[in-house]
Amino acid sequence: MLIFVLVTLIVLYPLYFILIGAFSDPNLVSRGEVWLYPKGLNFDGFERIFSNGYIWTGYRNTIVYAALGTAISVALTITAAYALARKDLIGRNVIMFAITFTMFFSGGLIPTYLLVRELGMVNTMWALVLLPAVSVYQLIIARTFIQATIPEELFEAASIDGCNHTTFFFRMVLPLSQAIIAVIVLFNVVFHWNSYFPALIYLRDRELQPLQLVLREILIQSQSSDMSGGYFEDTAEQQKLAESIKYGMVIVASLPMLVLYPFLQKYFVKGVMIGSIKG
Amino acid sequence: MRRKLTRQYELYVFLLPTLLYFALFQYGPMYGIQIAFKNYQPVKGFLESPWVGWSHFIRFFRSYQFELVIKNTLVIGLYELLLFPIPVAMAILINQLTSSKFKRFVQTVTYAPHFISLVVVVGMLYIFLSPHTGLLNHVIVGFGGEPVFFLGSAEWFKPIFVLSSVWQNAGWGAIIYLAALAGIHPELHEAAVVDGATKLQRIRHVDIPGILPTVVIMLILNMGQFMNVGFEKAFLMQNSLNAVSSEVIQTYVYKSGLQSAQYSYSAAIGFFNSLVNFVLLVIVNAIARRTRQASLW
Repeated sequence: MLIFVLVTLIVLYPLYFILIGAFSDPNLVSRGEVWLYPKGLNFDGFERIFSNGYIWTGYRNTIVYAALGTAISVALTITAAYALARKDLIGRNVIMFAITFTMFFSGGLIPTYLLVRELGMVNTMWALVLLPAVSVYQLIIARTFIQATIPEELFEAASIDGCNHTTFFFRMVLPLSQAIIAVIVLFNVVFHWNSYFPALIYLRDRELQPLQLVLREILIQSQSSDMSGGYFEDTAEQQKLAESIKYGMVIVASLPMLVLYPFLQKYFVKGVMIGSIKG
Repeated sequence: MRRKLTRQYELYVFLLPTLLYFALFQYGPMYGIQIAFKNYQPVKGFLESPWVGWSHFIRFFRSYQFELVIKNTLVIGLYELLLFPIPVAMAILINQLTSSKFKRFVQTVTYAPHFISLVVVVGMLYIFLSPHTGLLNHVIVGFGGEPVFFLGSAEWFKPIFVLSSVWQNAGWGAIIYLAALAGIHPELHEAAVVDGATKLQRIRHVDIPGILPTVVIMLILNMGQFMNVGFEKAFLMQNSLNAVSSEVIQTYVYKSGLQSAQYSYSAAIGFFNSLVNFVLLVIVNAIARRTRQASLW
């Protein structure tokens, strides 16, 4: 029991500290006087964040990439999972092997980059939404789910009445697969929301940068270069506010996920559980 | 018969976009690995660039960074392997909780950091570990110590790297073992209680054997990523002060490949990395199969 109190404290305290730090007087925070509750209530950091154009552009870009990327992923994954769930699919084992193999071996960073470049997708959002479109893991859990919930006989019965796969897919499979679709949507939204590396490699224009790259510049790069990157001008103010802004950014960037996740927790857990049945 | 074929055709239409995806974005780069054995020239493309054999590999093995990046990669990989049992232990402990409300609370809290991005986690490290304003250094100074510049020091890089990963992922990693524990037949526990087994004995003789196959599978999958050592995070935490300790194979590939445009050279290093991972996976899987544990194939 005691150990759990300790564990939850260790997990929660850093997040709590950021929260109180963001609302406190930056001078008191940097002197280490704020650690249990907020002191010298202060919203300047947030004001600066909300008035900064790049952050909003980043937010908007992330939402666009997450929405489009997730839509593509779900469409590809569910349709393929349905086909692969059918035992009578010719070449099923070969296809499964070829797909699973990519989980364990891949071309690597450089050949992938060169391919994307030759396809003309560098500095476009297509590199970000198409490259991670299908996850082998998600494809396998979707297939497992469909196999377990929709018996093949159901289709045979429907086909006697003249139903084909397409009609069956839209009338039966999609409605019955809502739980697994939710799982895949959530995994993809979280992935797109939190990913920074593909954007770092493939995007050049500031206008295209997702939130995580803006964050990287504010939270991490500023440590070495003192925030002179032009995000926040006015040097005197900036020094004082820099810390406050960082605390606020952590909250602004993480809150949507942290607030949503407890309500959706069961779907995430379900996803991992289905995966564990047939890893 | 004809109807059956039409149906196959229909299923293939369902599959087609995904097959194209794998052919283009997964097998395309694999085909592109050939540039590791060539001198890639952008104008000539993958195919027309001249062959140079193993020279890029030899150059890497002889370069002065070779020893450093291999050592860093292996040490971080080993640290991560040492911490592999933590989620397993967490699952076993959480499973002991009797109050389901408290259990759910612990789970919700410990899963949460998994949903925070790497950029934010590393940003938080900078905030907490800052030499002048960071909370940890205030505590150290408060106890009469000297402030430590944790993120600018080579010695501290690895411990901070792995421990913050534990903070972020230990709870989430426990889910799969909790699922395995839930699958253990309650009769086994009942029988053990009748035989007078203590709590610890039940963990030792019922829980652990019950989840062993899952543990083995996870271990095999981990070994297949052994050399990748959370590279996106290493990259974020890296700076000129800790580079001796934080330069791993993948960050080196990124720098020599994308920043200095030595495509063939870095593709060779990347290929070497994937190959080692793959061989490790095959070996560990073979050992697991030999010892009649669960295995991937």
